[in-house]
Amino acid sequence: MDLNFTPEEQAFREEVRAFLQSDLPDDIRAKMKGGKRLVKDDYFRWHQALSKRGWLATNWPKEYGGPGWTPVQKHIFDEECYSAGGPRILPFGVNMVAPVIMKFGSQEQKDYYLPRILNLTDWWCQGYSEPGAGSDLASLRCSAVRDGDHYIVNGQKTWTTLGQYADHIFCLVRTDPDAAKPQQGISFLLIDMKTPGITVRPIILLDGEHEVNEVWFDDVKVPAENIVGEENKGWTYAKYLLTHERTGIANVGASKAAMLHLKAIARDQMKNGRPLIEDPLFRNRLAKVEIDLMALEMTNLRVLAEVQSGGAPGLESSILKIRGTEIRQELTDLARRALGPYALPFQSEALDGGFNGEPVGPDYAAPKAQQYFNMRKLSIYGGSNEIQKNIIAKAGLGL
Amino acid sequence: MDFSLSEEQRMLKDTVERLVRETYDFEKRQKIADSEEGFSREVWGQLAELGLLGVPFPEDFGGLGGGGIDLMIVGEAMGQGLVVEPYLATVVLGGGLVELLGSDTQKEEILGAVVGGEKLLAFAHGEPDSRYETAHVRATAEKVGGGWKLTGRKSVVLNGGEADTLIVSARVSGAHDDEDGIGLFLVGKDAANLKLHSTPAIDGTRVAEIALDGVEIAEDAVLGTPGACFHAIEEVLARAVILLSGEAVGAMNMAVDTTVEYLKTRKQFGKALSQFQVLQHRAVEMRIALEEARSLAILAAARLGEPRDVRELAVSAAKSGIGRHARFVGEQAVQLHGGIGMTWEVPVAHYTKRLVMLDHLFGDTDHHQERFATLSDAAA
Repeated sequence: MDLNFTPEEQAFREEVRAFLQSDLPDDIRAKMKGGKRLVKDDYFRWHQALSKRGWLATNWPKEYGGPGWTPVQKHIFDEECYSAGGPRILPFGVNMVAPVIMKFGSQEQKDYYLPRILNLTDWWCQGYSEPGAGSDLASLRCSAVRDGDHYIVNGQKTWTTLGQYADHIFCLVRTDPDAAKPQQGISFLLIDMKTPGITVRPIILLDGEHEVNEVWFDDVKVPAENIVGEENKGWTYAKYLLTHERTGIANVGASKAAMLHLKAIARDQMKNGRPLIEDPLFRNRLAKVEIDLMALEMTNLRVLAEVQSGGAPGLESSILKIRGTEIRQELTDLARRALGPYALPFQSEALDGGFNGEPVGPDYAAPKAQQYFNMRKLSIYGGSNEIQKNIIAKAGLGL
Repeated sequence: MDFSLSEEQRMLKDTVERLVRETYDFEKRQKIADSEEGFSREVWGQLAELGLLGVPFPEDFGGLGGGGIDLMIVGEAMGQGLVVEPYLATVVLGGGLVELLGSDTQKEEILGAVVGGEKLLAFAHGEPDSRYETAHVRATAEKVGGGWKLTGRKSVVLNGGEADTLIVSARVSGAHDDEDGIGLFLVGKDAANLKLHSTPAIDGTRVAEIALDGVEIAEDAVLGTPGACFHAIEEVLARAVILLSGEAVGAMNMAVDTTVEYLKTRKQFGKALSQFQVLQHRAVEMRIALEEARSLAILAAARLGEPRDVRELAVSAAKSGIGRHARFVGEQAVQLHGGIGMTWEVPVAHYTKRLVMLDHLFGDTDHHQERFATLSDAAA
């Protein structure tokens, strides 16, 4: 047993660091470090830099233009990106719809869509959840009725993350309302957002930000060749997507960066004339979450090693999702609490890149309460943590 | 990065797990724990025969040359069977100190006898007011004539009553909590002016209170350099934490499995307990706690050979985190078993007792969380 990275992996880490040093634009790095708001152009330029280097689609096989990295290399890459202040790679195109197209799509779909994802021509968003179908996704009702060479889509999708930037949406739609089980009448459909009849409306979240949307479909005509795989088999493809590439799910890199930032705040904030980090109660809260993060990192590395040697993670994926999100939430909770009263001021304009007004309180204070409230989403999305526990109970413990 | 076991480690795991599984069932364990000596000479002989009493020692002294991972493997098997034999006291603590500090003669004689199963050791270090502070030693060692005179009290000494030789820590200089100034001395169990009171512990093991009222020992009973023993003590305690981490993982594993099985068989309100989502989720939380504990045990075990700051950070992370997770699993195992979990007759109650009491050895969750904070600050 050896917890150290191999010399090759260390060299790879250096290569990633050098790339981040030279190719991550400074203004984006500064925004990330300062907790500022990112706009579409920030994501675009960062993705472009990665695409140019051939590192955008880190999970893709080489034949489709991926870098052919091992799970450990991907982990190192994620960790270094977060540490340097690189924004997350938006998953909807490269890591969500692409693997489904690769696995189940037609040759035409592969030839058309995959290069456009890789060169950033198309921006994708995800059309899964509906107002009546959250954790119980299979109860979705958005319908697609075959009419000659087209499907006519009617219904509503919601929680569409960054749908306002997207020009394509991959949707789960109901093609057989009379199927014996709700899972059996669902299809996986690729839709151009410019098609007439589609309306995107912003949903403002509790942190005041426009991150998600609702998308309405009103007699939207979608070419029949845009269906992925077979009609009524969409649930199988969606499940494949859920199990595909879950090793990044623990988000260890993001939490490690957040831990360092939190400690810096605790050194700067004062309590009774001493740095907050010396306060016995707060320092023990910090120690507890840091220990939990070390355990999470080890669990994650163990799963990566298992995947690297050909294994498939089982209940571990759900464990990593649950603990990874709990720990990240705990870190944002402590950052908010570290600020004391200065967590209260809500200066939304201070989060814009060009803001040059007077900050209220310490310059790191403005986004902290917002981030705390935003991160409550982690235990709800991607299969809520309660759903993950159901999965472990059933598949892992046989209960 | 590599999480696989070596060929030797796989063999070690097979050997020790088979011994526990095939010869150490719950009834036998209870009989052994209730016996006069509180452990079994027969089992001890089997451990010796299989070479298991030499796991951490160099091959020159009949050992297997094992490291942290090997100790974790042994600990995990012992946790699965709730083994009460004095492995921690004799092999890890006592033997470890002799290995790190002993003269060639001492190593040859003492380690040889330990590996062969002929000699039991105990480490008499804790004191009535030392709590979990490793450097806290008030007992004194005074140079007299051709030897030393030891005076003081030692408390909650693991297997002190069963040991042939005690390794006693006593101060030769400095204040009661200085790291410098601690010496170690070999004291026979029948030494004059030594009073020993052995009691059972609530988890089935044995501990002793010891009073040293001017115990005289010869110069050749000194272990290491008097006054310069702290770092060896700390290293041996790191090994002890690794063994206990493995033990906690082994016992947690049993507690989780037993509880899951129970949920599937026990019926209330006309259906199996496993049908109730609130109980399913509790079982899942136990399973998650086990996984986290295992990760921390591996972390500490793999870091044993690293420089002190790296090693001790991992040790404190493991002891604190595992202490928390072990208590959770233990308490929930009893809770999910309901009334039957409260009884002496079911194994789960005894797993729970061990899982909770492990936290009282070598620093509890709070102690190590605080220590971790300090070590982590120093590393930043």
